[in-house]
Amino acid sequence: MKDTKSEMGSTGLRIAGNGEAIDPSFPDLVGQRSGENFLTCYQCQKCSAGCPVAYAMDILPNQVIRMVQFGLKEKVLSSNTIWICASCYTCSVRCPNDIDIAKIMDVLRHIAFGSGIKAAERDIPIFHSVFLDSIKSKGRIHELGLIWQYKTKTRDFMKDAALGWRMVRRGKIKLFPSKFGGGREIKSIFRRYEKGR
Amino acid sequence: MKELSYYPGCSLEGTSREYGESLRGVCDMLEVQLHELEDWTCCGASSAHCTDEALAIELAARNLALAEKGGRELLVPCVACYSRFKTAEKEVREHPEKWETSCQGKVRIRYALDFFCEDSLLEAVKEKVVMPLSGLRVGCYYGCLSVRPPDITGVKRFEDPNHMDRLMDLLGAQSIPWSYKTDCCGASLLMTRTDIVRRLSQRLLEMAREAEADCLVTGCTMCQVNLDTRQEEIGKEFGQKYDIPIFYFTELMGLAMGHRSVKRWFSRHLTDPIKLLRSRGLIG
Repeated sequence: MKDTKSEMGSTGLRIAGNGEAIDPSFPDLVGQRSGENFLTCYQCQKCSAGCPVAYAMDILPNQVIRMVQFGLKEKVLSSNTIWICASCYTCSVRCPNDIDIAKIMDVLRHIAFGSGIKAAERDIPIFHSVFLDSIKSKGRIHELGLIWQYKTKTRDFMKDAALGWRMVRRGKIKLFPSKFGGGREIKSIFRRYEKGR
Repeated sequence: MKELSYYPGCSLEGTSREYGESLRGVCDMLEVQLHELEDWTCCGASSAHCTDEALAIELAARNLALAEKGGRELLVPCVACYSRFKTAEKEVREHPEKWETSCQGKVRIRYALDFFCEDSLLEAVKEKVVMPLSGLRVGCYYGCLSVRPPDITGVKRFEDPNHMDRLMDLLGAQSIPWSYKTDCCGASLLMTRTDIVRRLSQRLLEMAREAEADCLVTGCTMCQVNLDTRQEEIGKEFGQKYDIPIFYFTELMGLAMGHRSVKRWFSRHLTDPIKLLRSRGLIG
């Protein structure tokens, strides 16, 4: 016991042979928050084989599971994989051990948001926060308002501008938001979230 | 006369307007009366479930609680909303102590495609078909969330579904076999990583063409937008030319049942479907 403590040092982290930081509490945290038992994974790699976005990931889904087992928290949370996962659930339905990998990806994003670790994808976390701000202030998503807020934050005004105009001409973009819905209830849902419960 | 509560969802007020219009049109013709939930709010969509579990469950459950007051079954056209609602329903039933909501998971939640593919509704549709869509080769594109995960959707054939195919055949169209019925189009990355969306959508369009589909049919707002609006840029990027109309299944139901507003729905598409339908003698 004494040995483990000194190995962990003051940060609670251990260093693996290859210099990676290990957080021994990480597997338990992911297990608790997802309710999934990922220790049964035997690395058949079916999740990665069927993943439609694996080609764009820096760590494959089966590797993410392995790294979570090992407690490689920082490595996992700083990967682009957790953001690029499109939540299509192909991995989850094909896993021979019934591990809901898509749900684990959700939980990894949740942990990443509060971790202070820099996200490997710039725009995707911005999109999520702008989207949620929109719900908080308007109750519903007003697409044009959402697009504007997103572009203001990413400073990328030209991307899809021509496409946007073609959609406006076909009546696919609503110009004004609906009345605020949900009022106090929406506010209190967000208040609980912001307090971290 | 069947009566249901109705949750349109945010997209149906904007980018998926023709889905909402055609759904209401078809419901009118089949004497299905829809009562839109008063003061509904966003289900939270991808961004809530990517950010925080309680936020995702409680934003969705708020709408389910509204539906419980009405007591009727709840019809949901957007498959992303449907998926969030079913997940919230499961959670409030299994762990009611964890969530702050008055929702008890008592209302039956119906995804629009599943609803119309039920035997009793299929019978009613069959009687109303005035213009069979003969000669139209359609690829049924189910996407992800209408079938996966099966403990949420209840779909048994989640790798090779055929319920939409049955509906299309009943309308007189020819549903074609193809292997990409449930492959992802890039979905919620549609504003952020458009490069991924283009690559995934290109593969779907290419496979549809290889299977000699005239068009694709879907019940998902994100799939329709990704596939319909980007064909020109996808063509340029991959050195191909794509011209494959992407329909909502309700639009083809309306067409076969002779709804008078079909042209208005089709005018909202970026990949023009009128040319194809004219060539098959299905529209004036």
